[in-house]
Amino acid sequence: MSNIRILVGCKRVIDYAVKIRVNAARTAVETNNVKHSLNPFDEIAVEEAVRIRQRLPSRVSDIIALSCGSAKSAEVLRTAMAMGADRAIHVEAEDIKLQPLSVAKLFRAIVEKEKPNLVILGKQAIDDDSNQTGQMLAGLLGWPQITFASNVNIEDDNLKVTREVDGGLETLSSKLPAVITADLRLNEPRFATLPNIMKAKKKPLVTYTPQDLNVDITPRLEVLSVTEPPPRQGGGTVGSVDELVSKLKEVGAL
Amino acid sequence: MRRFGQFIPNRLNPISFTNTKPKSTLFKLHPPCRYLAAVRKVAFTADKYPHIKRNPNFKEITDKDISYLTSILSQNALIVDNGTNSSDLTSFNVDWMGKYRGKSRVVVRPKSTEEVAKVLKYCGEKRIAVVPQGGNTGLVGGSIPVFDEMVISTNHLNKIRSFDPVAGILVCDAGCVLEVLDNHLAENGYMMPLDLGAKGSCQVGGNVATNAGGLRFLRYGSLHGSVLGLEVVLPDGTILDNLLTLRKDNTGYDLKQLFIGSEGTLGIITGISISTPKRPKAVNVAVLGLSSFEDVQKAFLKSKEDLAEILSAFEFWDFAALHLCQLYGTNRSEFPLGQYPFYVLIETSGSNKEHDDEKLTACLESLLEASTVQDGVIAQDVSQMNNLWSFREGIPEASHKAGAVYKYDISLPVPVLYKMVEDMRKRLEDSGSFGKDKAITHVIGFGHLGDGNLHLNITAKEYDEDVTKLIEPYVYEWTGKYRGSISAEHGLGLMKANYLGYSKSKPMIEMMRMLKKSIDPNGIMNPYKFLPD
Repeated sequence: MSNIRILVGCKRVIDYAVKIRVNAARTAVETNNVKHSLNPFDEIAVEEAVRIRQRLPSRVSDIIALSCGSAKSAEVLRTAMAMGADRAIHVEAEDIKLQPLSVAKLFRAIVEKEKPNLVILGKQAIDDDSNQTGQMLAGLLGWPQITFASNVNIEDDNLKVTREVDGGLETLSSKLPAVITADLRLNEPRFATLPNIMKAKKKPLVTYTPQDLNVDITPRLEVLSVTEPPPRQGGGTVGSVDELVSKLKEVGAL
Repeated sequence: MRRFGQFIPNRLNPISFTNTKPKSTLFKLHPPCRYLAAVRKVAFTADKYPHIKRNPNFKEITDKDISYLTSILSQNALIVDNGTNSSDLTSFNVDWMGKYRGKSRVVVRPKSTEEVAKVLKYCGEKRIAVVPQGGNTGLVGGSIPVFDEMVISTNHLNKIRSFDPVAGILVCDAGCVLEVLDNHLAENGYMMPLDLGAKGSCQVGGNVATNAGGLRFLRYGSLHGSVLGLEVVLPDGTILDNLLTLRKDNTGYDLKQLFIGSEGTLGIITGISISTPKRPKAVNVAVLGLSSFEDVQKAFLKSKEDLAEILSAFEFWDFAALHLCQLYGTNRSEFPLGQYPFYVLIETSGSNKEHDDEKLTACLESLLEASTVQDGVIAQDVSQMNNLWSFREGIPEASHKAGAVYKYDISLPVPVLYKMVEDMRKRLEDSGSFGKDKAITHVIGFGHLGDGNLHLNITAKEYDEDVTKLIEPYVYEWTGKYRGSISAEHGLGLMKANYLGYSKSKPMIEMMRMLKKSIDPNGIMNPYKFLPD
């Protein structure tokens, strides 16, 4: 029965509740002056790491939060530490250059440095919806991967994880080390409490560059254009609320 | 339970924030069929308060009147009770709380200011009493008829007339729903200077007529300051067009101030021009747990000092209010703090996230170290912010679901604000009517601490004369003793008209009567309300 050291992935993305717009050049979504926060699935991943420690307090020796991105990514690392991560690592790189494969390579470099035996990522980021980083990382490391986890159980060095798949739920078992990606129903993340936010300020945050880690992050995919979907067509329109009410009465709905 | 379905409704009760996706979360009342069923049981105001007598000088509406009104208005503007469609008029006759019910048989919904003017001219000539009505979300029975007064609804006066994106000045019809206006302004990076729980249903004309306060009064001030101009139709049909878009204009008596807060007793507001603030780029919300009301006051002082210009809301509620929400509230997620006697919600709004984050965490850190605050949480994203706000905003609706609610909205000096709640609880306990299985079920205190505004809600199994007598006039006498206001923001309506004397002197009330008589000599505008009889 070994110590469990957990690495959690955090990405700073446009806040879930914000209405997004395409930028004037139609090359990307507008991010200037738009509220950003921790990717919701990553929040769930952090929460799961903290809960695993609560369930197995004597076994979890380290929870590290890792984020790859611009300088502002440090914000989401502070959130992760306020939720319970012990320390944070920030790999500073331009957001626009990072793509799932390069992020997976950066994560691999950190895994080789820090030697966690459990990596928990969010299943996908809500800005690109790629759903690739966790899978690619597992491939690069040669580790088992359990994606779309809705329940995680650890007994000794064995993982028992339930996944959500199209047909329903599937339970897999695996040994550590492994990569898990978190799905929506895994847990409901806690609020960051004041005492924990204060403590988080003192927790260590280390910064690296991709060069420090010997990783080439040159993008392999080029985004040609980004456009909004066509406006919805179809459906009948009524002239006024009164007309709507009478139409509803006609069909017996009122 | 599928959490994804839970993810949206629980956490997205949108308050106007930076670029928030406009959601059509109308302030959810009961689903229509249950509402109508419940409402059928509401007693007529005239029966409940038999001392109010119908003024015999008011004409009863006849078929001739209805034909004339049909001729001057556009299609579908009239709803007339013909015996078979009475339920169509229910929503115009009953107030949101289900406390009052009128007997109006005619509802008029003009589509333009000119139509309003024609209607009022006719009513003025024939002495037909009228009740102006917007979203009908008022809390003092001011928006529904008592007897057969004709309802003039602004529901169809809902156009946004113009918006100046440089000066931030909005001109719109009085029937525009507050949330719709706010969403429209959001597209341009602005926001409405007021926000209240009823935003999905209330109309801006009604907000102005009641001088609504709300959650952001602390930061953006009163409508007396942000409204730049009004278009009002007087009881004789004259259209007063004071719709300026100027920030400063010192020419003559500022007539619009008379109509702001006049609760439909001097004329009908048909158009509004209002100055709107820029939508903040950085918003933070924190909820704190405190042990005593003294601590709440200390926290308020410190917040004002440390947060200064970025403080945009300071709300409080007691444990009883939280408990009520846990029993009846629509937010089913877990409250993030443990049990404390008091809770405070602080919101900051500013233009620079780093600056605001630093100020807020420094302020909260010192409050925590000084033990003024026992615990707290800070929202990390917009969903969490909305979730935290919904605990405070859900209190009125939870009270409503708990049974018959007696609502009191009082301005008091902050040091004695909570003493009113404590004294009322003691009084009701001593009477033997308050407690488990008794007539009175909950006594809760909450409100806009930053404005010195207490909301005292007392829920009972049903509206009952004995319960009313226990509470009134004790609550008004108590307020008068501390020179408070018997109605901080809800207005007088029907409910508090006769208690005006507790907050205003005789000479002041006399002058109000004089103004009313000179502007509305026949007294047709929203009679039986506002001024004491």
